[in-house]
Amino acid sequence: MTSSETPLLEMVGISKSFGGVQALRDVDFSLAEGEIHGLVGENGAGKSTLMKIIAGVHSGFTGSMRLAGKEVHFRSARDALDAGIGMVHQELSTARDLTVAENVYLGKQPVNRFGLVNWRAMARGAREQLASLGIAVDPKTRIGDLPVGLQQLIELARVLFSGARIVILDEPTSALSPPEVERLFSVLKRLKASGLSIIFISHFLDDILKVSDTVTIFRNGRKIVTSPTAGIDKGWVIERMIGAGHQELEESYLGQIALDSQPNAPVVMETSHLTSGRDFRDITFSVRGGEVLGIYGFMGGGQLELARTLFGRMHPDSGTLIMDGKPIRFRNTAAAKRAGVAFVPESRRSMLFHHEPLYKNASIAILDRISRLWLKPATERTIMRAQIEKLRIRPPNPNMLLGNLSGGNQQKVALAKWLTYPPKVLVLSEPTRGMDVGAKDDVLKIVRGLREQGIGVVVVSTEPETVLSLADRILVMKKGEIVKEFASETVSKDRLLEAA
Amino acid sequence: MTAPASEARPPSGRVSIWFKSQLRNIAPFLTLAALVIFFSASSPSFLTFDNLWNVLTNISVAGIIAVGLTFVILCAEIDLSVAAVANATGIVVAFFTLQPDYVNIANVPLPGGLAIALALLACFLLGAVNAVGLTVVGIPSFIMTLAMMQIAAGICALLVRGQIAYSVPDLILTLGSKSIGGVPWIVIVSASMLLIAHIVLTYTRFGRYVYMVGGNREAAEYSGVNVKLILGSAMVISAVCSGIAGMLAVSYFGSAQQNEFDSFLLDAISAVVVGGTSLFGGRGGIGNTVVGLFVLGVLNNGLDHIQIDSFLKVLIRGLILLLALIINVYAQRLRAQSETSAAD
Repeated sequence: MTSSETPLLEMVGISKSFGGVQALRDVDFSLAEGEIHGLVGENGAGKSTLMKIIAGVHSGFTGSMRLAGKEVHFRSARDALDAGIGMVHQELSTARDLTVAENVYLGKQPVNRFGLVNWRAMARGAREQLASLGIAVDPKTRIGDLPVGLQQLIELARVLFSGARIVILDEPTSALSPPEVERLFSVLKRLKASGLSIIFISHFLDDILKVSDTVTIFRNGRKIVTSPTAGIDKGWVIERMIGAGHQELEESYLGQIALDSQPNAPVVMETSHLTSGRDFRDITFSVRGGEVLGIYGFMGGGQLELARTLFGRMHPDSGTLIMDGKPIRFRNTAAAKRAGVAFVPESRRSMLFHHEPLYKNASIAILDRISRLWLKPATERTIMRAQIEKLRIRPPNPNMLLGNLSGGNQQKVALAKWLTYPPKVLVLSEPTRGMDVGAKDDVLKIVRGLREQGIGVVVVSTEPETVLSLADRILVMKKGEIVKEFASETVSKDRLLEAA
Repeated sequence: MTAPASEARPPSGRVSIWFKSQLRNIAPFLTLAALVIFFSASSPSFLTFDNLWNVLTNISVAGIIAVGLTFVILCAEIDLSVAAVANATGIVVAFFTLQPDYVNIANVPLPGGLAIALALLACFLLGAVNAVGLTVVGIPSFIMTLAMMQIAAGICALLVRGQIAYSVPDLILTLGSKSIGGVPWIVIVSASMLLIAHIVLTYTRFGRYVYMVGGNREAAEYSGVNVKLILGSAMVISAVCSGIAGMLAVSYFGSAQQNEFDSFLLDAISAVVVGGTSLFGGRGGIGNTVVGLFVLGVLNNGLDHIQIDSFLKVLIRGLILLLALIINVYAQRLRAQSETSAAD
C-alpha cells in the first residue's frame, strides 16, 4: 500500500553539523504517498534534526532533497509549508485565547467585501474541516478550554487546512491519555486513506509500531535501518536503537547493572499520592538516606515537574510530601531549603549567575548559614576554595566569572552550592546532560560521595545512561505515572526502555 | 546544545572586552565631564563654589527618591508611583500639622512626632500595597505602580481638596529648609541616605540578594532565596524613601498641594538610569545613581546659566535621557553577547 513509482519525498546523503558536532551523517530517507512513517532513536540520534530540515527550520545542510521528483531547498518553515509540508510540534502552538475556528483559520480568515472577517463562513468552514477529521467540536469554543488531545487535533486541522500533503508529528502521543491516542490514530488512518503522508516521531515504540507502515531507526546521527513495521517487535527496534553487539558497548550500558538498594537506611523523604494537574498523578515513593533513587522517563513524562514540586517551586494539587515522618508543605523554595531539600535544575542557565564570580554563585544558597547581616566575602572565598579542591573545578580561582568556565565545570559549581552544608535530600535533574565523558565521571564520583555521607539523592533524567550509572533503585515514569520500579535486581538499558 | 567553552579569544579583545563590560559605568562619567566642561566654558558663573551648593541642593529631593528606586531597578522592576507617594506623604504630614488660619483644610493637628510617624506609616502602607500587588497577586510592577500613582494622587486630592497647606512639623521644617554651618540639612539627609543605601547594597546579605535576584531571578529562586520577600522589600523601601523625600520637599518648597512633585518621577528614574544601573536588573548601584544625579543636576543648573530658550530645556533633557537609555540597552546587549560567547 505504501509503494508508488517515485516517492513523494526523497532525501539523499543528508549531512548537518552544529559547530563541529555532526548531527546527521549521510542520511537517506524517503516517504511514499499515503504512508505513515515512524521515526525512532535516542535523544540526539538525529531524527529531530532531519525533520527540521524537511520542515525548513534548518536551511543549511548538504545533500539533496526532492519533493515529487523536483529538487527543493527550503529557506524557511514558510517555504516548506507553501510546498505542502507542515509540522505539529510537541509544544502546541495554538493560540489559547482564540476560538477553535480562529485557530483553524489562523492568519487567513475569510473576509467579506468590506474587508471584515466573515465570522459565519469561518465557523462553518471550521466545523466542516473538523468534521472531515471525525471531530465534533463547537467552533466558537475557546481553545484553551479544550483538553490537550483536542487542541492537538485542531492544530493538525490547521496544518491540513493550509494545504499540507506531508504532516510531521513530533511526539504526538506524549501528553495523551489512551483513548485520546486511539482517537488520534483513527484520524491518522483516515488521513492516510485520503492519500496524505505522515511522519511520526516518537519515543513511544508501542505507538509507532501500532500506527506506522514503515519505521526508520536512527543512532548517533546515522540512519541504521528502514523496515516495514509488519513482522518486527519492540525488542528488535530497541536493539537497533542502542546498538546491540556493536563496539559502542561500554557506552551504551547494554551490560547488566546490579542495583544496590539500601532497604535498612532511614527514609528521609516520602511522597504519598502526589498529584499535579496533567503533569503527574498519584506519585508515591520514598527516598532513604544514603540511597540514589533514579527516576527515568521520556520528555513530558512528568518527572521534571515532580522534581520541581519536591523543591517547592511547583505546588501539588493533592497528595502529601513527608519529611522525617512529618507531612510538610513548601510555600516556596526557601521553605524547601530550610527543610533540608536541595535542587539542581536541568538547565544551568536557570541555576547560575554568569556574570558573577564563582564564590558568589556558590554562596548564594548558603548565605543565611554564614552571615546574619553583614556579608563575609573572605569566608565565602574560603568555602569556594574548599569546593574547588574537592570537586576539581577548573580554573581553580574563586574570583573567576562563572561564564568563563566550561559547561562541565559550571555544572560542578551548581552542585557546589549545596555541598558545604549537606542537605537531607538532593534532587538532581539531568545532572550529566551535554557533558563529556570526563565531566560525567566527576559527577558520578561526587554523587557516590554524597551517598556515603548519608544524603538521599533523587536523580531525574530522560537519559537511560544517567539513571543507570548513578542510581541504586530506579522508578520509571510514563505520562505522569510511575509504571515500574527496579530494585535489588539487575537491569539493563533495553529493560528500562521496554518499561517506559 | 551545549557547546564547549570557547577557550580561544582574540588577544586584541582584552581592552575592548573591558570597555564593553564597563561601558555602563564609563558612559555616565564621560557625560558628566563633558557637561561640566561645556558649561564652564559657556558661563563664568557656572564653576563656582556657590553654584556647587545650588546643584547639590537641587538634586537632594530627587536623590532621596532615587535611593529607593535604585533598589527597585536593581531587582529589574520599576516604581512609577514614587512622585505620587512623595506627594501624598508630604500632604499627610501637613494634614496632621496645625496650619495658619487662612488655610481652609479640615486638618487634624497632632504633635509633630506623631504627625511624622503617621506620614511614615502612610508611605510604608502604600509601598506594602505595591509589594503585595507585585508578589502575591502577580501584577507587573509597571502596572501595579501606575495604579498606585492614581491611588496616591487620589489621597492627595481628598486631603487638601484643591487647597494649599504650608506648615509642617519643626523637625521636617529644619531638615527641609535650614542649614547647619552653611550646609543645607537636606543635602546632609540625602547624602546620608545614599551612603546608608550603598552600605546596605554592598556589604549586607540583603544587598547581595537584591543583586542576585535582579541578575537571575530564576537562579535565585532555585538557590532557595525568598525572591518575593526581596522584591516586596524593595517596593517598600522605595515608597518609604519617596515618603521621606516628600515630607522634606514640602518644607523645601514651602507648600503642600496636589500634583506638586510630578516632575520628580522622571528626575529620579533618569538619575538611576543615566547613572548606568541596568534596567534589566543586577548591575549598577548607588555609585551609579550618584553620578546620574550629578549629570541631571549639572544639566538643569547649567542650562539656567547659558542663554537658552527655557522650552528647549525640556527637549534637551528628554534627548539626554533617550541617549542614556540607548547606552543602557546597548550595554545590556553587549553583556548578553559575551554571555552567549562564553560557556553554555
